[in-house]
Amino acid sequence: MPGRDVDTPLLRVRGLRRLYGRRVAIEEVSFDLWPGEVLAVVGESGSGKTTLLHALAGHHMPDAGSVWFDTRDQGHVEIYSMPEGHRRALARTDLGFVHQNAADGLRMNVSAGANVVERLMALGQRNYGDLRVQAAEWLARVEIDPCRIDDTPLTFSGGMRQRLQIARNLITLPRLMFLDEPTSGLDVSVQARLLDLLRQLTRQLGLAAVLVTHDLAVARLLAHRMIVMQQGRVVEAGLTDQVLDDPEHAYSQLLVSSVLPP
Amino acid sequence: MNAPPRDHHVNFAYLDERTKRMIRRAILKAVCIPGYQVAFGSREMPLPYGWGTGGIQVTASLLGPDDVLKVIDQGSDDTVNAVNIRRFFQRTAGVEVTTETPCADVIQTRHRIPETPLREGQIIVYQVPVPEPMQRLEPREAETRKLHGLAEYGLMHVKLYEDIARFGHIATTYDYPVLVNGRYVMAPSPIPKFDNPKMHMNPALQVFGAGREKRIYAVPPYTPVESLAFDDHPFTVQKWDSPCALCGATDSFLDEVITDDHGTRMFVCSDSDYCRTRQQAAQACGEEKLRARA
Repeated sequence: MPGRDVDTPLLRVRGLRRLYGRRVAIEEVSFDLWPGEVLAVVGESGSGKTTLLHALAGHHMPDAGSVWFDTRDQGHVEIYSMPEGHRRALARTDLGFVHQNAADGLRMNVSAGANVVERLMALGQRNYGDLRVQAAEWLARVEIDPCRIDDTPLTFSGGMRQRLQIARNLITLPRLMFLDEPTSGLDVSVQARLLDLLRQLTRQLGLAAVLVTHDLAVARLLAHRMIVMQQGRVVEAGLTDQVLDDPEHAYSQLLVSSVLPP
Repeated sequence: MNAPPRDHHVNFAYLDERTKRMIRRAILKAVCIPGYQVAFGSREMPLPYGWGTGGIQVTASLLGPDDVLKVIDQGSDDTVNAVNIRRFFQRTAGVEVTTETPCADVIQTRHRIPETPLREGQIIVYQVPVPEPMQRLEPREAETRKLHGLAEYGLMHVKLYEDIARFGHIATTYDYPVLVNGRYVMAPSPIPKFDNPKMHMNPALQVFGAGREKRIYAVPPYTPVESLAFDDHPFTVQKWDSPCALCGATDSFLDEVITDDHGTRMFVCSDSDYCRTRQQAAQACGEEKLRARA
């Protein structure tokens, strides 16, 4: 990150808690995320991974705790103390969110090109020709044939939809991406290509990412560090290889040992 | 036109006074915040939704006993919706009606703005089927309200982008979205985009009523109204190859009329009053010349 202090975390999370009624979804989650770092959040279904991601991305206000983001102009700002307009503006410029179900993150009845450049239009770009060029460029970058630019995502395969979502988010060159199980529901060869693409893009753009997954192989491939969640709490945190090769907590050990070797 | 008699069993202009007051409050609020959709307690009217219940309620609350009313439907004074609504107000309010744009105090319209420029002191009331310009792309109303509140209007350009991508030009020809006073994006009701420039800095008060959707919004006199577009695909209005076949106007919105079973067609003004006035003026001019020659 040129001109940026690498000693300050991009995202600082402290004491996050969110309840659904009286049920605890996440409790006491704290961590720092550094610029350019990929953090995997693993755990079984219902362990609060997705809830955590939405709380980090500014979608749902947590019941307690704080999320500090290192904004470009004001330094660290607690995102839930920002006015809603600013928070949404931040979310569509400096953050990206890739949904597990691509239909949640795309406009399915609008062409792929319009999906990709929507953020730019929201930022006030008003030159159709320029937008078109950028749309084609980004489609090519995520390995979608630019001749599909006017087709709607309804005609796309699952893998293409996921890549389209990524292009739509990356067009504003965000510094932090939230990925909610981006590879689930894809067959293994498509998964591999998507992972390859993600790894390449995060490297190229110096992008930090929080990656939610229940697939430990995905975490191993993409993430520098990982946290293991169980029943809403972080039970183990550390370097990916360290956690996967030498899990300390009983639940992590169970998780690692449950993976079927091919 | 023989006027039906005033029916004294109903209150002046059909609605009761408290309802009219409620609607006037909504209109005042709408005038204060140009382009903002004000919710109001839309009443059941003695005609179905989609026939102008919103416009009628606005007109009813604006009309005074001395006002002169003009009602048009697709530019014409003689089409069924216009005739019905005009009779409705003759019966319930006993107001004077006219077809001449300059003589009217209140003009209720469906799908057109008269060609004759409006003047200060006039009010034009639009019937609106869908008040929310973003509804097609964002069906959640809580979300569209938020987008209006935060002035996040990227979505409107998604729609225009789609048009160009699909048809090579902005193919939206009616209900073309506008930005009012530099703040709120507004649906101008299904008027042709030909009429959009007339809304800009118009000396008359423009009020929009949507009965089913229970919304009122307004453009006060002399308010800037800008049609959305791209820099390299600017806003343009429709053009025709021939002038009006009846009055020869080249500056008005023309309707295509099929005249027989062999595909013969003619283009005539959609604004019937404008066309008739021009024809009469031309005729009077011709007669004067004949008299001068005699």
